[in-house]
Amino acid sequence: MNHVVTFLADGSDWINFDVGALRDQFWNDTIEGLSQGSIYALVALGYTLVYGVLRLINFAHSEVFIFGVFGAYFTFFGLGFRPGPTPELGAGELILYLALALIVAMLVSGATAVVVERVAYRPLRRRGAPPLVFLITAIGASFVLQQILFIWRGGNQERAIRLMRPQEVFTIFGASVTNLQIIIVLASIVLMLIANTFINRTRLGRGVRAVAQDPDTATLMGVNKERVIMLTFLIGGLLAGAAALFYLMKAPTGASYQGGFLLGIKAFTAAVLGGIGNLRGALLGGLILGIVENYGQSVFGGGWRDIVAFVLLVVVLMFRPTGILGESLGKARV
Amino acid sequence: MLAATASLVLGACSARTDTNSGGDSGSGAAAPSKPADAADPKGDGKATCSGVSLAYAGTINGGNAALGQNILWGVKLAVQQHNEANKGCQVDLKQFDTEGSPDKAPGIVTQVISDPKIIGAVGLPFSGESKAAGPIFEQAGLVHVTPSATNPDLATHGWKTFFRALGNDAVQGPAAAKFITENLKAAKVCVIKDDSEYGKGLAKAVSDALGSKLTCSDDVKTKQTDFAAVVGKVKSANPDAIFYSGYYQEAAPFATQLNDAGVKAKFVGPDGVKDDEFVKGAGDASAAAYFTCPCVPADAFTDFFNSYKKLAGQEPGTYSPEGYDATTILLKGIDKGIKDRAGLLDFVKNYDGQGLTKHFKWDDKGELAKTTVWTYKVDNGKIVKNVEIK
Repeated sequence: MNHVVTFLADGSDWINFDVGALRDQFWNDTIEGLSQGSIYALVALGYTLVYGVLRLINFAHSEVFIFGVFGAYFTFFGLGFRPGPTPELGAGELILYLALALIVAMLVSGATAVVVERVAYRPLRRRGAPPLVFLITAIGASFVLQQILFIWRGGNQERAIRLMRPQEVFTIFGASVTNLQIIIVLASIVLMLIANTFINRTRLGRGVRAVAQDPDTATLMGVNKERVIMLTFLIGGLLAGAAALFYLMKAPTGASYQGGFLLGIKAFTAAVLGGIGNLRGALLGGLILGIVENYGQSVFGGGWRDIVAFVLLVVVLMFRPTGILGESLGKARV
Repeated sequence: MLAATASLVLGACSARTDTNSGGDSGSGAAAPSKPADAADPKGDGKATCSGVSLAYAGTINGGNAALGQNILWGVKLAVQQHNEANKGCQVDLKQFDTEGSPDKAPGIVTQVISDPKIIGAVGLPFSGESKAAGPIFEQAGLVHVTPSATNPDLATHGWKTFFRALGNDAVQGPAAAKFITENLKAAKVCVIKDDSEYGKGLAKAVSDALGSKLTCSDDVKTKQTDFAAVVGKVKSANPDAIFYSGYYQEAAPFATQLNDAGVKAKFVGPDGVKDDEFVKGAGDASAAAYFTCPCVPADAFTDFFNSYKKLAGQEPGTYSPEGYDATTILLKGIDKGIKDRAGLLDFVKNYDGQGLTKHFKWDDKGELAKTTVWTYKVDNGKIVKNVEIK
């Protein structure tokens, strides 16, 4: 409130349009948007999977993500890296350390997601709680996890630890593409393909789809519903953990107790944008959101970045209330 | 954190008594030495008082905590020197952590005013929180001297309890613009601001003063960690210098990401960026960084420098001397036998005396008549004074 008033009172321009900047920055924004969007998409998959199976928006997923960021951070720390100058590592060494951090981050996030499911949601399911109770519990679980981090690490961001500095590999229409962006986009796509294949082609994945489509019939057909639910949370957590490492590489000061909040909301937006409950929708929504956000920043300035993201969501939902692809997990094509 | 503490301890051990470290780098002007008539918290040692307290309110462990810590140690030093010299007048210092947040400050300041023993306060350090909490001080008639909040608008609310112990951004802004265009000879400048009261106000002052040399501008947010889009914009504008109007917490990763992207422009930050934490956070990206600051270098205040280092275990930082000066003024009032808020407010309002950093005499808005702006730069991973902007 305060904010808006001063914004007007200090005489600065309230809102600018700078289409020229978008023209100049178009490729830069697109490439950067793809790498940011990949991170959104990975996190969005967690929201979408859980929603598909339980019809629950797991608001604690942003904390599942930030726990992964801390997992990756302390892996770097445990490997002997400290805040300060970026070390010069050989390619082999770098890949080894990053792979290790990836595994730790995925495990931390995966474990966090499963614990949230066990502690917060399963008891409610046993008692047949109404959906609203789940939603409130999700928000509560989010706060609890955030405060655990706050008590443990305090309110400040962790100092940056980096293993590699981004370097330009090639340019597209004058916009540089860095090795970091390539790693993030490629690794995310590979992970999403794996997730997609797992859900659509394996026996366990068929179980997930069966529960998503009709939980009661699936149970009658011999699908272990509880196990499927746990598996869903686990997959979502693992993907969020991978996103966490990429995020930390992209924004090395990103490890802070509140650091997952905005990213989580954005990823949720991406999931809804693409069509919640739909794996490919999460991917598409994430990438679109990442790119459009950057365009928005170029046109309106950095202060409007987040607003552009959410306005996009509102506009899309007005015309396609179920999101761009708009299908649920249960109806996924094989 | 451990590593940082260790390096601080090492730093303290290896430093020489020669306080003018970094002087061999050819730094411009000599730091001012202690004025002969500067007010001393020790006074005559005969003061008597009892049951009065002063407060420090500001960030202690919150965001940008280092900026608050620098001030707090300056305050602590003044109170300690006062209490050691005046056995008959032990002033209690109470500390309140606002976390530097405009949302939290009003609640914390309400705690400050509800303690009847507190008759004067040093703070708040940041402009956003000062704006949010100013009316509460005003209501309680509690005098508060800010050693670092520089937003010019703060003095325009008609608060009678607000006093600023340094120049504001209406002074710093044009001075920074002058430094960037004349000393750094930049013809194209990008101004990037955060969303704080301080960042927005200062960016406007700098941008206005830069005029046609302002080539690009953009906004970032408090606690933002990824600056890729802004970096892209700056890179394509290809400026000679970048002025970041905000705090070190965002400035450090921003400078790093600019450096990664191959932006060679000189990085200039204001007082909110001028802290060792920036240098630590930005690493080699800070090598070519400059700072502007309405703060006076503490290098040549030998007594202050040494006592501070002994007490705090580290060298004085940005606004440590200003915090010390502000506290000294409040202590002088207490030494005169003032026991209540109204008395101390009146004392500060009519104060006219030399401090360590400058002469203190406030106008009816709580602004000082004569202030200075210094520039600093990074030399071998340490912030050293550069030149005074006149």
